[in-house]
Order: sequence, then C-alpha cells, then structure tokens
Amino acid sequence: MTLQTRDRRLGWGLVAPALVWTALFFVLPFLGMVALSFARMEERAVVPAFDPGNYTRILTDPVMLQALLNSLQITLIVTVISVLLAYPLAAIIAFRIPRQWQRLALLLAVLPFWTSYVVRSYSWLLVLGQNGVLNKTLGLVGLGPLEIAASRAATVTGFVHFFVMLLTLTIYANLIQLSPNYARAAADLGANRWQVFAHVILPLTLPGVVTGAFLTFVLGIGDYITPQILGGGNELTLPQLIMLQLGRSGNFPLASALSVVLMAVVTLAYFACAKWLRLDRV
Amino acid sequence: MTAGVSVQAVSRRYGAAAVLEDVSLEIAAGEFVVLLGPSGCGKTTLLNMIGGFDEPTAGQILIGGRNMAGIPPKDRPTTTVFQDYALFPHMTLADNVAFGLRMRGVARVERLARAAEMLALVGLDGRGERRPHELSGGQRQRVALARALAVEPDVLLLDEPLGALDLKLRRQMQDELKAIQRRVGTTFVHVTHDQEEAMAIADRIVVMNAGRIEDEGPPKRVYLRPKSLFTAGFMGEVNRISLATTRLFPQLGATGVLCLRPESVVEGGALRIGPCRIADVAFFGTHVRAHVVPEAAPDLRLVVHLPQGSDVTEGQVMDLGARDFVVLEA
Amino acid sequence: MKALSWLYLALAYAFILLPVGVLVVFSFQDGRLPVPPFQGATLKWYGQVLADRDLTAALLNSAMVAVVSSAVALVLGFLAAHGLARVRLPGSVLMRGVLIAPMTVSYLIIALGLLNQFNQMGLRPSLWATGVGHVVINLPLCFAILYAAMGDHQKSAERAARDLGASEWRVLTLVSAPMLAAPMAAAFFLSVTFSWDEFIIAFLLTRFDVTLPVEIWSLLKSGLSPKTNAVGSLVFLVSVTAVLALELFVFRGKK
Repeated sequence: MTLQTRDRRLGWGLVAPALVWTALFFVLPFLGMVALSFARMEERAVVPAFDPGNYTRILTDPVMLQALLNSLQITLIVTVISVLLAYPLAAIIAFRIPRQWQRLALLLAVLPFWTSYVVRSYSWLLVLGQNGVLNKTLGLVGLGPLEIAASRAATVTGFVHFFVMLLTLTIYANLIQLSPNYARAAADLGANRWQVFAHVILPLTLPGVVTGAFLTFVLGIGDYITPQILGGGNELTLPQLIMLQLGRSGNFPLASALSVVLMAVVTLAYFACAKWLRLDRV
Repeated sequence: MTAGVSVQAVSRRYGAAAVLEDVSLEIAAGEFVVLLGPSGCGKTTLLNMIGGFDEPTAGQILIGGRNMAGIPPKDRPTTTVFQDYALFPHMTLADNVAFGLRMRGVARVERLARAAEMLALVGLDGRGERRPHELSGGQRQRVALARALAVEPDVLLLDEPLGALDLKLRRQMQDELKAIQRRVGTTFVHVTHDQEEAMAIADRIVVMNAGRIEDEGPPKRVYLRPKSLFTAGFMGEVNRISLATTRLFPQLGATGVLCLRPESVVEGGALRIGPCRIADVAFFGTHVRAHVVPEAAPDLRLVVHLPQGSDVTEGQVMDLGARDFVVLEA
Repeated sequence: MKALSWLYLALAYAFILLPVGVLVVFSFQDGRLPVPPFQGATLKWYGQVLADRDLTAALLNSAMVAVVSSAVALVLGFLAAHGLARVRLPGSVLMRGVLIAPMTVSYLIIALGLLNQFNQMGLRPSLWATGVGHVVINLPLCFAILYAAMGDHQKSAERAARDLGASEWRVLTLVSAPMLAAPMAAAFFLSVTFSWDEFIIAFLLTRFDVTLPVEIWSLLKSGLSPKTNAVGSLVFLVSVTAVLALELFVFRGKK
C-alpha cells in the first residue's frame, strides 16, 4: 500500500460518518420530498405518481399565490428595514464607542437572543397588543389606540427586532476588520465624513451587508413562528400554508411541493446576490 | 508645492504616560527628513501629529508658518503614505490615485489624466485599470506614493512605507524615493527604524528615543560623530571602551566612553592602540571581520572590520589604530 | 452629529430591549394578564412554572437533546474537517458542499423531509427523531467552524507529531483536538444554543415527550398569561448566566 492510498483511506474514514449522516438524514429526505411533491392524494392516502398537479395548483390557486406574495413582500420589507436600522447601530458601536466597551455594547445589543425564540415573538404581543404597553403609553398622552397586533405590521416588527440583532453583529464584524487607515487615507486626501462613508466604508462593507441580508431573507422567508404568533391569521405566509397542509388535511404531497417552491425562491435569491456573497466569511 | 514644518515644544501624553516630551524640530521646505528610532520612541506619534491624526497635549506645530492646531487632516497641506498603504481595494489604480482630486471636485477627465501622469512618475504607466490586489508589494507602495503626491501636498508624510518589503526591494525603492523627492521638490518626512534606510535617503536624520530627540544632523555626521551613546549604538555596531577603566588612551582623559566603529580601526590610524592579537577572523564579503585583543590591555576585546583583501590569520599580531572616534559621556 | 449618534443608540437599544423588559417585568404581575397596569409584584407565577411537571420535563428533554445532538454534531464535524483538511481527496470540494448544504435550507424543509422519511420507515416521532434533525442542522456549523480553524499551523504540528511516531488516533486526540479547544468549545456552545431554541423540527418530530419551545408553544394557545412570561424570563436568566459564565471563564483567556 503506498503512502498516498493509505492517506486517502484514512481521509475517507474520517469524512465518511459525517457524509453518511448528511446523506441519510438530509439528502435522502430532501430527494424523497421532491419525489413526494409529484404524488397525488386520493381518499386521504398518498398515491405515488409523476403528476405536476400540485405545482399547477400552487401557481393557479389565488390563496397559494397570495401566500407566496405575502411571504416575498414581508421578507423583502423586513430585510430592507433591518439593514437600514442595523447599519447605523453597528457603525456607532464600531466607531463611536471606546474599544474596551464595544464587547459589552454588542452583548447588550443581542441580549434578547438569549430568551426563547417562541417567547420573543410572544413578548411583542405584550407590547403591541390592544391593551399592550404601547397603546397604554400612547393613551397616557391622548393618542391611539393603534391596531398593530394581529397584523402584518406586528409580523414585520417581530422579524425586524430579531434581524436587527443578527445584522448588527455581522455588519459590526465587517466594519471592525477594516483597517482604520482606509478612512484615514480618504480623510487625508480631502474627503469629508459623508464622502469617506460613501466612497470607502460602504463599498468595502457591501459584501458583508449583502451576505447578512441574504441570511435575513432565507431565515425570514422560512419562519413559521413569527407570522403565526404576531400576524393574527389575517394573511398567510408560505410556511403557515405548509403547516396548514400538514395539520388540517395531511396533504404531504402539496406541502412538499410548497416546500420545493420555497427552496426555489431561496435559490433565486442566492443567484440574485451571488456576486457579493461570502458565505464562507459570515 | 513645498513648505517647512516647525515643531515647537510639542508633548503628547496618554493619561500619565508621555509618548513625546518637549520635542522641537525645524524642517526646511524641500528637505528630506527621516525620523529614526526603535519602536515606541514616539516617531510615528510625531508624524501623526504633523498629519493631523493626533493632537499635541502641549506645544504647537506650524506648516508653512501656519499654526495647525485644530485643523483636520483633510484641510492640512500634508498627505500620508501609510504603512499598510491603505489602497482602496474596490477601486482601480487610476481611481485610487485620482481620489484626492475627486474629493476636490476636479472633473473626471482631468483627474484621470493627472492620475496617469502620477502613475508614470512612479513607473507604473499604463496600469491604471488594474486593481490593488493584482500588484506586488513594491508596486502597491508606489501607488500609495502616487496617490499621496497627486494632490500636490506641501509636505509628504511616510510612515514606514518600506517596512513590508523585502531587503532587496527596499534598497531599490529607497533610491527611487529619493529620486522622486528630488523631482517633485516636496518636503518629505519619513519614519523608519532601519538606520541603513535612513542614511540612504535622508538629507537629515532625526534620531529619537523614549519620546525625545537624541540627535539630528546629516547622515555622515550622525554616524561618525554621534552626540550620544544611544545614537552611536543605534546607527551601527560600535566598540565602547570606558576611559575610566583602561589606561590605553591617557591623552583622552579619564572620563567618558570612547566609541570606535569596527571599520574605523585600521593598520596605522591616528589614535594608537598598539599591537593587537587576532582572536578570531571571518570573511564577510565586503570586509573581513575579526575580534582582536590589544596586548597592552588584555581584558579588552574589539570588533574590527579590515579591508576585504586583508590576509590575516588567528593568532597573528597587527599594529592597529583608530581613524574616526568620539568620546561620549557615559 | 455626535448627539444624533447617541440618540440613535438610545432608541435602538430601547427597541431591542423593550420586549424583553416587558416580558420580565410582567412575569411578576399580581394579576391575570401580563399587560399594564402593573398590579404589584408576586412570585406566584414562578411557583406555578416550577410546579408544572410538563414544563420541567420539557426543560430536561430540551437540555438532553441539545447536549447529545451537539456532541454528535461536534464529533462528526471534527472528524470530517480533520479528514478534508489533512488529506487531498478527489471530490473534496463537492463533499464540502454537501456537508455545508443543510445550512442553506430552511429548518421547515429539513423537518418536513425527515418527518416524511421517518413515516415511511415506520418510525414514530420522538425526542430521538428530533435529535437526529438537530444533528443535521448543527453538523454543517461545527464542520465549517472547525474546518476554518485548521490552518497551516495546525497541519505542521500534526506532521511533527506523526514524525515523532504518534499514531493517527494519538495525533487526533493529543494534538489536533487540544489545539482546537477554543473553536470546538465555540462550535459546541453554538450548537447547544440552536438546538435548545429550535422549534419547528421539534414541533413536527415529537409527539408525547416534547422539548421546551414546543411546550411553551402549547402554553401560548391559552392566550396571554404571566405564567408564560415567567417561563420566558427563566429561560432568559439561565441563558444569560450561561453566556456570562462562558464569557468570563472560557473565552476570556483567548483575547
């Protein structure tokens, strides 16, 4: 046995467990799901078939199309708002707060990460609800009440809250790794604060921002909890529709087809920003 | 196009720690001055204060006779070549070099023409469309130089610009830097810890140590007749002989330290050392390096550099003396 | 400009911390609803939480699933990262891609695929099934972190160990793993966090024994209650304590 084949055998041995696990519990189920999406439901039983019916249904049924549209709209709005809110926050922490306090400032900025994910959405109900903190406070100054809970606005608020934290972390990491000499060189050559930002800082952090935005989009569009708790059932998102198919009618083929559509949307989003993405350096 | 710099009684403290203590320095317009010293001596702090990236806690800095207190970097007649070059990676070389002109509102065609001119000055003509990551270290250094010079500063500040280059390239860039300075006539203030680099390019060397100026003058004077023991040691290898403990040189008195550069010890020589035995010898290419022990003072051991052609062997006795020497206070 | 920055910072922190603040404050509410006005402080909801057998069981289930699945993900990820970083294998780019792939897929889709597969294999939903799903989501994370951490420095140390006669197993346990202690701790900690807080996989793949997020979810169905606030506050307290402990004892040495 040559040294190289011995090495290779060893390498395979090390990689195999992880590969087998991923193949068995990720690739195989995924392929199974794709296959299932072409199956038919007859008498509450799944009949294997190669029938694109589920997909034509998704693309023609107004309820399903609306859910797809809702998901896209909500996620895009959330992504844009989150980036716009998180960038200044990350920049202030990176450039205004003294170095020794930055870690603390970041820990504080992501503190709600550490409460339970389900509870985080619930806690927004307490703030935005009919008798919630927000309306009671508005009432004190003679305003309101606002009907925010059980609406798209509540869903967006809950999402933005979570993703502002996530994006603040990723954008901060990007800002802090820039050599301070870039900004100094630009200022030295006559750029004012705004020009330093527009010509140097922003272009240099753009890949990181796009990566964070992509992550936001992927996590947001696949999330069930936030719209379910905060949206109030007035409108459906794609994940809610999928869960409905599973729960109410046990329609696994349709749920699978919807999941494939969800995957397709994410893949499209990936190609839309592939040019700037650096998934290896999140 | 060029202006003098006047540093007047400047100090810089961070809390209780003083990085610079009462430093004064006059730099003439068009002069090439090198601030030389070990890391932590305050040379970069001084440079940053001239450039406006740091403010003195006491004293003042004048450029072209104008007090610079409170004036930000962008409004000073200075530009800086940074140690890591800080080339903008998302811009072409031409855009990098034209950046300062763009900030000053110069029209695109005009500023790109000027950028091409500057790139030609540093030997990178026709490469304006490349990006920084396509360049070697030496080329990046040139672009940084072109970018800083493109806005025609009165004073160019260079923060260890050659530190990241390998030795051979560094020597080559030194020559080019000096040639470019001669051509543009701008005042250059250059920071380095490499004394050979300092001697190669400077009109005047300012040796700094622990926040103070130890010595200043033309390279030859600072090397051959240093004003302090620190300067003597920092500028190159030196034999230190305490006059209090040796009776070899009664004519020099009985206090102070005699400093002899290894190459200043020669056969003959004005300051007599007398017969010396060669303890060991090695060929160094440009010279022959030997340790010698004067027979009149067997406790001394001197390093000497003899001419390349010297045919000496261990145990041989030579009659040696010193050509240049200084006696400094201990 | 400066004042504007501080104002923005204050507003941002208010937005970020508001819901958690409200959650914690009204967990002490002496009344039936966790909304203003605040009717006085009581600890009775905490008492109810701690006396609730379903909740405490779910908490233990979650902890167990998180620790076991993270440990499996860490070991699998470490071995794979070591194998791919050390040996040039044909198709290693493809293998890296496959191992990372689950990271780019929504948890909902992973859950649905597994649910369907387990159904077909005749396996009933259980904590084990959930654990399998959590390994799937955490394995790419552990692999990516450890693969990125294996630099040339690591490789030359391993080569030196081999040169001095260490067997592959000893290289792995005596050199590679200890050198990667910090990233391994980070990967494990992140995995535990994700598993602990994961909802949709656990929701679809458990039935009778459930994890904490699923149990909290069923609490929510009965509407707003200070008891839910108390659960959330307890989880928050425990997590923050763990984070601070890690920050102080594990990661401080690294800086």
